[in-house]
Amino acid sequence: MTQPPASAFDLTVNGTRHALTVDNRTSLLDLLRERLRLTGTKKGCDHGQCGACTVLVDGRRTNACLTLAVTLDGREVTTVEGLADGDDLHPVQQAFLDHDAFQCGYCTPGQICSAVGALDELAQGWPSHVTDDLTGEVEPSAEEVRERMSGNLCRCGAYAHIVTAVQEAAR
Amino acid sequence: MMVLGHDHVRVDGRDKVTGVARYGVEKRPDDALHAWAVRATVARGRVTGIDTEAALATPGVVEVLTWRNAPRLEDADDDELQVLQDDHVAYRGQVVALVVAETLEVAREVASTLDVRYETEPHDVALAIDHPGLYAPEQANAGADTDSARGDVEEGLASSSHVVEAVYETPALFNNPMEPHATVAWWEDGALRMVDSTQGTTPTAQTMATLFGLDEPQVRVTAEHVGGGFGSKGTPKANPVLAAMAAKVTGRPVALAWTRQMMFGLAGYRTPTISRVRLGADADGRLQAISHEAFSQTSRLEEFTEQTAEYVRHMYDSRTALTTHRVTQLDVHTPSWMRAPGECPGAYAIESALDELAHTAGIDPVELRRRNEPEVDPETGAPYSSRQLMACHDRAAELFGWAGRDPRPGVRRDGHWLVGTGVASSSYPAMAAPSGARATALPDGTFRVGVNATDIGTGARTVMLQAAAEELKVEPEQVDLHIADSDLPHGAVAGGSSGSASWGWAVAKACRALRSRMATERVPDEGLEVVVDTAEDLKGRASLARFAYGAQMVEARVDVRTGEVVVPRWVGVFAAGRILNPRTARSQLLGGMTMGLSMALHEEGLLDERFGGWANHDLATYHVAANADVGDLTIEWLPEDDGELGPLRSKGIGEIGIVGAAAAVANAVWHATGVRVRSLPIQPDKLLDRLPG
Repeated sequence: MTQPPASAFDLTVNGTRHALTVDNRTSLLDLLRERLRLTGTKKGCDHGQCGACTVLVDGRRTNACLTLAVTLDGREVTTVEGLADGDDLHPVQQAFLDHDAFQCGYCTPGQICSAVGALDELAQGWPSHVTDDLTGEVEPSAEEVRERMSGNLCRCGAYAHIVTAVQEAAR
Repeated sequence: MMVLGHDHVRVDGRDKVTGVARYGVEKRPDDALHAWAVRATVARGRVTGIDTEAALATPGVVEVLTWRNAPRLEDADDDELQVLQDDHVAYRGQVVALVVAETLEVAREVASTLDVRYETEPHDVALAIDHPGLYAPEQANAGADTDSARGDVEEGLASSSHVVEAVYETPALFNNPMEPHATVAWWEDGALRMVDSTQGTTPTAQTMATLFGLDEPQVRVTAEHVGGGFGSKGTPKANPVLAAMAAKVTGRPVALAWTRQMMFGLAGYRTPTISRVRLGADADGRLQAISHEAFSQTSRLEEFTEQTAEYVRHMYDSRTALTTHRVTQLDVHTPSWMRAPGECPGAYAIESALDELAHTAGIDPVELRRRNEPEVDPETGAPYSSRQLMACHDRAAELFGWAGRDPRPGVRRDGHWLVGTGVASSSYPAMAAPSGARATALPDGTFRVGVNATDIGTGARTVMLQAAAEELKVEPEQVDLHIADSDLPHGAVAGGSSGSASWGWAVAKACRALRSRMATERVPDEGLEVVVDTAEDLKGRASLARFAYGAQMVEARVDVRTGEVVVPRWVGVFAAGRILNPRTARSQLLGGMTMGLSMALHEEGLLDERFGGWANHDLATYHVAANADVGDLTIEWLPEDDGELGPLRSKGIGEIGIVGAAAAVANAVWHATGVRVRSLPIQPDKLLDRLPG
């Protein structure tokens, strides 16, 4: 068997530009965790079923495990390590801390990145399955937050606190 | 200084929200290899050949371990850990080879294409109440008695005015912590070093030392952060064994993580349970007979008997009682601990049966429980150290608005929803296990405290810091706490809701001893250190029944068009001794109740009898509760000062939230619809064609 095919591309992660040559089979998740050693992004299922690997690609929440790294030439990725401004936590991070919106913390980076993406979608007026009025502004009600955060599983069962935290960050 | 009993933000919270916290394989030497497990595709038989030649010729592959070349292991009293020791296949999904490679991609691909040949034998994987292999084990999990009897239960039933007889079933349930099991292992001068995602580094180190013929100090296991466990990481599984073997053979560090699919078969699970329950009561609802016969499965490798009938033994008064456990060996992987083993499925059966009895006898379900409050533990005759079960029910009733509930089932409609309410009790033993601790005073006025606690998300790191600060009478910031390292004095496993009581006892003892020495001794430059162990203290405890209690009340709505069940409202009130940190305590109770909701409505391992495995083995097909499944949850606890629990005066809270939760939901669904589902989960197909029009 010959060496596996690899591709060269550029990727910006948390503001730092990387020139990479990567095995074509490598997911964005494994690129982050194994190659760039940014282990804040978690591997919970590797199949897009749990949301633990959620990152922002050009500002949109994305399952890093379902994204082949080599497809991201020229794109910008933000992980949980890239959200805080120095010592100042991102409002979503602060709200998770304030409301004890986690226990083991393994789903937390994905929850937080997902919440950042979801709040942006809310701000842009994107409707969800539970939105009644598809044309007006969307309020971050508990029902909206529950629906929009349901792609991120938390086996510790912190959902009730996650809803409170995301609603607070929305204010 | 009052630190315990007050809110304290998780000390590792900032690391967790910023992604700095490192779990399992994330913290490892740079030259670590990656390993990937290859699993048996037959349920019973033997491996007749593995073509490792092509695999080894693949660039990047360093080693392929099979039963032929894996290091031999000593006996550690758990045959699930005897991996790659012979050609025998005991269950579908058992590890038959391990590919070790320079990258994850290579290891994964080669593992998926490795050619393994088998000779198969007929398999038997399905539990049934009349399975011919059922037998009485010597004892059940946690040392519970196999059988117990009080009086003549048949006479008790015969003389009862009201009798309920029913069979309740829970399916195979999978713990599924968000972080799959993972280990990094390496060897240094004959000593084994390991980062493991475990609930206890002391027991893991002890087991590894036995398996590899080492002295315990030659093994060091750390577990700085653990992404959940719920019992599945309470005893070592095959991952640390395989990683250590691969590291030994390759001479390099090896990282090994289970995939999510492997979590359904290599990480323990809750056995399916079958409970045959018979309750008899006199005209006033006083129990004359309780009979709970419990049936479960184990593997051919190891006996594990879920102590399903243990719950009722200590819970309700009855003139006569009979409890039995029967287990059968199947061609399956070994069941293990999952959140409240025994109590969880046991309470589902008993609390459901009580609801049926309440209806039969025409008594309010809360009142029925009140009429059967025991004076002493009915099983042992021991007095309770404290028991506020009915106070929990009364407070829950107030919060929920239980009073005036219409007992009739299936009569409340709100549009296309049928609406009902249900109640169940919760209880879990308040245990403590021996632990050691070390406390050191330093010349600069600060302290170092070492206790081998493991924080699997419970908040143990925070609570142990609070305990140390309180006992040392200093601010938490003055204490440098060290946990989750087998080089510390031995620590109990994070299991059985006993962590805080066990480790906290040792912390309190060490800190008190240190303070008393500081009263007479000056702190030298190297520090003043005391090391303690609580084994003797625990032996000196009075013979009492120590349990935490709770009451859960649920509103369920069932869609008449689809059979969908939603739970918009849930109240849980608990009495669990002193609550050490209200913030983290609330999260633990919330987590238990949420997992109980998931058990009630979603979770079910679907057995594929033909191939002997689980048909659903990922998070798309094995549903766990998601955010939108959870409605409004109200959690309270009652003040409780119980001086018989150890120095922290606390009862465990990690498991009680799931105990009774599924029964409360099932009882509410019955009240909404008139349909009694006795086999979890309550999914639409079990309701739809039986709903009132």
